Amino acid sequence: MTPKAIDVSRLPAYAFGHRSIMWWGGASLMLMEGAMFAMLIVSYIYLKGRSPEWPPGYFAPVLFWGTLNTVVLLASALPNHFAKAAAERLDLRRLQLWMCVALVFGVGFVVIRVFEFRSLNVWWDSNAYGSVVWTLLGFHTLHLVTDVLDSAVLTALLFVGPLQESHFTDASENALYWYFVVITWLPVYAFIYLAPRLA
Amino acid sequence: MMEGATADPRLEPAALAREARELARTWREPEGFIGWFSRIDHKTIGVRFIVTAFCFFMLAGLLAAAMRLQLAQPRNTILGPDLYNQIFTMHGITMMFLFAVPVVLGFGIYFVPLMIGARAIAFPRLLAFAYWMFLFSGIFLYVMFLLNVGPDRGWFSYVPLAGPEYGIGKRADVWAQLVSFTETSGLSVSVCLIVTIFKLRAPGMALNRIPLFVWAELVTAFMVAASMPSVMVASGTLMMDRLVGTQFYNQAEGGDPILWQHLFWFFAHPEVYIIFLPAQGIVSMIIATFTGRPVFGYLAMVLSLVATAFIGFGVWVHHMFTTGLPQFGTSFFTAASIMIVVPSGVQIFCWIATLWSGRVRFATPLLYALGFFMVFIMGGLTGVMLAAVPLDAQVHDTFFVVAHFHYVLIGGSVFPLLGGVHYWFPKIAGRMLSERLGKIAFWPLLIGFNMTFFPQHILGLMGMPRRVYTYPVEMQWGALNLLSSLGALTMFAALTVYLVNVLVSLRRGAVATENPWGASSLEWSTSSPPPPYNFHPAPTVTGREPLWEPDVAERPVVIGLSADKRDVLVTQLMDAEPDHRKEFPEPTVWPFLTAVAVGGLYIGSIFTPWAVVWGAIPTTIGLIGWAWPRKGNQPRHLEREIAHRHRAAAEHA
Repeated sequence: MTPKAIDVSRLPAYAFGHRSIMWWGGASLMLMEGAMFAMLIVSYIYLKGRSPEWPPGYFAPVLFWGTLNTVVLLASALPNHFAKAAAERLDLRRLQLWMCVALVFGVGFVVIRVFEFRSLNVWWDSNAYGSVVWTLLGFHTLHLVTDVLDSAVLTALLFVGPLQESHFTDASENALYWYFVVITWLPVYAFIYLAPRLA
Repeated sequence: MMEGATADPRLEPAALAREARELARTWREPEGFIGWFSRIDHKTIGVRFIVTAFCFFMLAGLLAAAMRLQLAQPRNTILGPDLYNQIFTMHGITMMFLFAVPVVLGFGIYFVPLMIGARAIAFPRLLAFAYWMFLFSGIFLYVMFLLNVGPDRGWFSYVPLAGPEYGIGKRADVWAQLVSFTETSGLSVSVCLIVTIFKLRAPGMALNRIPLFVWAELVTAFMVAASMPSVMVASGTLMMDRLVGTQFYNQAEGGDPILWQHLFWFFAHPEVYIIFLPAQGIVSMIIATFTGRPVFGYLAMVLSLVATAFIGFGVWVHHMFTTGLPQFGTSFFTAASIMIVVPSGVQIFCWIATLWSGRVRFATPLLYALGFFMVFIMGGLTGVMLAAVPLDAQVHDTFFVVAHFHYVLIGGSVFPLLGGVHYWFPKIAGRMLSERLGKIAFWPLLIGFNMTFFPQHILGLMGMPRRVYTYPVEMQWGALNLLSSLGALTMFAALTVYLVNVLVSLRRGAVATENPWGASSLEWSTSSPPPPYNFHPAPTVTGREPLWEPDVAERPVVIGLSADKRDVLVTQLMDAEPDHRKEFPEPTVWPFLTAVAVGGLYIGSIFTPWAVVWGAIPTTIGLIGWAWPRKGNQPRHLEREIAHRHRAAAEHA
């Protein structure tokens, strides 16, 4: 008897969201990166618990640049949302446009970040408090910079090709990863800027 | 799904053979010098992981032999204290970072796609990158050791001993960057495994039909993803303390050495389960095959794996009972450490029930599984003892602990792995290992192991501390140490026989059929060794034991995947219904080049923080080269896809 068959030749050659393997790859990455942020924040809480005063011996970081950056970062979710929607409609023109806008936001964010480091009021080698806030801010900056570079390469690819259907999936996942960078910023902001004021 | 099944002319034998030839061309591994560095097939990479890891196993074994030689009698002078410190540290980190984790992941890399009926592993280039990172880490460590810069602060590299004040020289930095290397590798592999298991299963392989070994690898991959970030943070902050003067672990500036222990053990206790769970998966496969029946209590087995993983994250403090933590906290961790016995016990009882009700064949793989029972249960019992604070405080840092964790790790992991090699060697090499030599190696190994490590329990209770390079005659530890060293010699001889068996059988072993053991899982339904495209036509699944189901001959197969490109079927998470096709990437040398760049960055950063900045440039170039598509006929193809999608949307409306 001849075995029966399931014919999959009519199935689409790409998918978005949790149907796609890129989405799961991105989600696994976020799990790992999220765990690293969590461990750094746990270290912050631990060191804070061991210190009689907080911040020990220094002024709390200046709020202005960090808060400005929070606003810019939250606003940057919008062009990313439009880029993601355009990617999932396979609308190349709109995707190119919104990727460029999102990129401008990203670069602006990195520039403002330089001023943030300058307004921390402590050096990384001053004491353990300085070490942990510099590391938290630095680790988030690492994510910002790599995501901006990643977006820049993808945007360039969308303009000069050779284009593949997977690049629309990539663009959708790229936007998702940007949301991750935005969302992780909120607890990082709270610990760097607000926790010293509450103590 | 089954309603759509129809007979098809593409299933005629001639058509299948034609398509198999085309698949072989499409999925062929590249040849030549550059080709060798460009390979991405999960079977190639899996074998590389397993072979490399066993090479490090042998090196670690030689280091252990040197230690046993030194400790064979009191006041021995073969090794001095400095070299001894390097050797026990090298032995520990080689076994944990360069053998145990890579080898269990290596088995997963090779067998998970085969067991779930997939054509490839997800993200094959990332997998290749992971291998190169692993290989470079080992070469880096042993070159440093030969240059007398081997790490010497124990495998956990405690601060302040490893911090900037006391850890002079570069030895502690070598430890920290070895960790960065191997964890980068481990995290990358875990992404590949998670996505493969979730999305590339054969149609019909719902979550409740996944083989137990694959479940074990899935749970392990999640444990890697959740625990290794902790040690990455630990090694990163240690490097910064040593290199740029941060104060994380400096008590005088508000830092705290105990923070190191928390970060380290939050990783390192789950690490034990990362090593142990896949080994349990191997035991499940072996027991099912050699009793000829499915493992008793599938659901209980899976839930035990998951429960072990969760509880495994709640026991790390039992390594820190002597650091003066609050009593209430230690009680919690005692309770958790005792509780973790429950899921392990459930598994053991399920295996015993399987053996009880099956027709047992005492082939060599099963002997290793039974050896695992005996040795691991003894290690588990001393584990329950050590979970109690008063006993732990008494024997902390003595040879009792050394004996305990060798029973757990060798029993819980090395025995199943050696059995796994026996079991799967025919699939990988296409030849059988010799049963006779296998049994000749097994018994001295089991006896030698107990001779080596059982006396160490007693030595520990007699007060002999760990990590001492020698001891005075008056302590009266000499006789038991000599017995232990003779045991090590026996193990060494047994493992040599094992190695000879592997080397001889590679050339002269009996040629293996597709399914020499009469096993039930899908890896045994393809040729030995499997073709580069794994299966043709791709299988579907209707039960937990695919090759033992009554419908094995009339189950539908998957057709319609392109043979002229690397087309892979992606299925849905829960029930593995076919979802879409995905074109997988071609082999490329870029992951290798990227690994060289990242390796340069890690090694350079031992000497200057600027290596991170300069190393980022070639790393970025490597990643761009990796991701940049090759020229091809994609645009035309893409237009077709877009048209298809618009048509589908119109039909839907």
